[in-house]
Amino acid sequence: MTKPLKQIHLAAHFPGVNNTTVWSDPRAGSHIEFSSFAHFARTAERARFDFLFLAEGLRLREQGGKIYDLDVVGRPDTFTVLAALAAVTEHLGLTGTINSTFNEPYEVARQFASLDHLSGGRSAWNVVTSWDAFTGENFRRGGFLPQEERYSRAKEFLATANELFDSWRGDEILADQETGTFLRDAKAGAFVHTGQHFDIHGQFNVPRSPQGRPVIFQAGDSDEGREFAASSADAIFSRYATLKEGQAFYTDVKSRLATYGRRPDQLLILPAATFTLADTDAEAEELAKVVRRQQVSGATAIKHLELVWNRDLSSYDPDGPLPDIDPDVSDRHISQGRAQVRMYRDPLATAREWRELAAANNWSIRDLVIETGNRQNFIGSAETIARTINEYVQADASDGFILVPHITPTGFDAFADKVVPLLQERGVFRAEYEGPTLRHHLGLAHPDDVRDERAAS
Amino acid sequence: MSSTPSSSLHLAVALDGTGWHPASWREPVARPRDLFTAAYWADLAAEAERGLLDFVTIEDGLGPQSSHFLDPDERTDQVRGRLDAVLIAARIAPLSRHIGLVPTTVVTHTEPFHISKAIATLDYVSTGRAGLRVQVTARPNESAHFGRRTVPRIDAYDSPAAQEVVTDLFDEAADYVEVVRRLWDSWEDDAEIRDVATGRFVDRDKLHHIEFQGRHFSVKGPSITPRPPQGRPPVSALAHDTVPYRLVARAADVGYVTPHDADQARAIVAEIRAEQKAAGRADELLHVFGDLVVFLDDDPAEAAARSDRLDALAGEPYTSDARVFTGTPAQLADLLGEWQAAGLTGFRLRPAVLGHDLPAITRGLVPELQRRSAFRRAYEADTLRGLLGLPRPANRYAAAATA
Repeated sequence: MTKPLKQIHLAAHFPGVNNTTVWSDPRAGSHIEFSSFAHFARTAERARFDFLFLAEGLRLREQGGKIYDLDVVGRPDTFTVLAALAAVTEHLGLTGTINSTFNEPYEVARQFASLDHLSGGRSAWNVVTSWDAFTGENFRRGGFLPQEERYSRAKEFLATANELFDSWRGDEILADQETGTFLRDAKAGAFVHTGQHFDIHGQFNVPRSPQGRPVIFQAGDSDEGREFAASSADAIFSRYATLKEGQAFYTDVKSRLATYGRRPDQLLILPAATFTLADTDAEAEELAKVVRRQQVSGATAIKHLELVWNRDLSSYDPDGPLPDIDPDVSDRHISQGRAQVRMYRDPLATAREWRELAAANNWSIRDLVIETGNRQNFIGSAETIARTINEYVQADASDGFILVPHITPTGFDAFADKVVPLLQERGVFRAEYEGPTLRHHLGLAHPDDVRDERAAS
Repeated sequence: MSSTPSSSLHLAVALDGTGWHPASWREPVARPRDLFTAAYWADLAAEAERGLLDFVTIEDGLGPQSSHFLDPDERTDQVRGRLDAVLIAARIAPLSRHIGLVPTTVVTHTEPFHISKAIATLDYVSTGRAGLRVQVTARPNESAHFGRRTVPRIDAYDSPAAQEVVTDLFDEAADYVEVVRRLWDSWEDDAEIRDVATGRFVDRDKLHHIEFQGRHFSVKGPSITPRPPQGRPPVSALAHDTVPYRLVARAADVGYVTPHDADQARAIVAEIRAEQKAAGRADELLHVFGDLVVFLDDDPAEAAARSDRLDALAGEPYTSDARVFTGTPAQLADLLGEWQAAGLTGFRLRPAVLGHDLPAITRGLVPELQRRSAFRRAYEADTLRGLLGLPRPANRYAAAATA
């Protein structure tokens, strides 16, 4: 028996504050003006994408004690942009990253439930937790969360938010003008939560929203993060977009679901992915090289090297050889406010390896940073990209991709026009939206149906 | 600059549920089942914009509505539940063109950093029409929703202990507004340079740590969001007494007050103007708007009958902090003119029944005021600050840098 074709899920990630986004390109527009977001969202909806994705960072990044100025800097408030985008789209899901450290459950639950009402059931929440005192300096609570407590806080935050979402069943509002009964139940929204991180009680004041709860995303990669996703998330925003790594991650995470009484189709795996599209594969390869050089200027290359060396390397020539001195392995890190710094767990070994690579290939600092950096995940003609995406999904490397273009806001225009129709022809991507809510697009059941299913089994 | 208004007055409408009378939802025009849909709010904003109003405010709260001033009432015969006001404003922003959008934010339990960027972003999505109304809360149940702090219970409003609590809450609100505004200024207008030659996206000398340290919070900055189109969206607050008048005088662009006659209006305005002078803001434009609940009909008897009918449905006479007006658009225009002469620069009308009294404002009162040359005949500006006659403010950090 042949396996039925999986339907691909695609999302549009608005280009962020890192060097994937090429702001120096003459076509690059504003990353703040609403017209950019509206264009981006309308293109994604025209392409029948599942959802739009917005990341979040609550303090401007600094390196060497100064605000990092080489990448796009600044972004709008996630909730506010998503609510406004609900006005210029009809079907597109609206996914935002919202931090569980620098917010409180009552407030975040109100905002997501409100967004879900105001979008007719299209909201989704990528739950992240940070622990750094650096970001905490912008908030009342400060940054006192110990690193080892971040998943316990995230889990309790999400569990508490779910209690708030579920505090209204959905049938409480009668609004019977004849009898004068507005609410069927005076206790609608009542909740009590007592736990390690939150001790709150009272009444939630937003009635049940169309999706019941927002769709929940999780992005962490550690063992704890994977368990959190398996127990509590609807989708994972993963980093494994290559075939082999993707398959390993997919198998690992989906195998964890049974422990929690969940089926494999109740958690979608959606890796972040980049692409370079051109008329031919050869042209795309050339273009991809050009883009990678645009993404890594000489100044960016030096700053990137500083992340490993953990020292001021501003006196080095990006077109010259790598530094002879070794990385500073003290606890204080030169960079603050970005996740990337944790990727180099053994900087001395990385430095040694990079020096050897550079010597063997006669690479300058800039060459080295470009060559060791990420290649675009999908490079080629529309035909090649459509075929590859489909192969990866059918081979269970993922259930689809969260794609980020390198140009704001027009970076998806060609993808929408050329790649999406080929996926539709293959019968693996929707030609029309089949329902009004994001849960419909993702094939996820309404939480009430899941509850009923569990009760019945 | 003088704070004396021109002959034209400013007009805002306060949106709350189906209207300000607790039985308003029972009127056939009320649409109570649509309260949690975007279309409902978009329609209200469109109606207000049709009337060329300066702005709409949107009420909010961090707990269920209640007829009791401190505690939940567990009533089932009134509208309960509401959506986040900032998100309602954002949702209707792309569907409107001229009208200002002023959501309410409770400052007692929320983060100034989040609200600053949210209102900045509302200003971007509305291309310069955002405002903010700050509100404090002393409700114990709302503290319990957050579990972070307890606010001492206010038993007798006039007691010294209660006054201390109130003063503390409003001092915190003033700090909050200060932080929100500093964060708006933390990016100079021309901070984004996109200098391809040097590879620099921003000129980091034009980004500023705000270094705020206060009793309730410290905030480092800069904001993650660039300075909004208006520079600083207008900040407003409702005030009933000396302590909140002081907040209005020190920190607001628009204050809402609740006089019940022209003499009271004159006295309140005098008190606020004195505080304004004491705060060193005498040369800044500060609007003082009168709040009024309105039942408007072409026949005054019909307005009174509607009010009686709703009171009967509610089972009790409606009382309000603001004066409750019942009458015709011409009678209301007379009253507004009289109170304007007492020193108010505008009005925030609270429609008793939104479905009835909002159109009565836009299609009845507004033409009446226009006939008296007391209200605009077309939108004269693209931003809320522009409509209110507020100049775009200089950036405090840019001024410091060039001094």
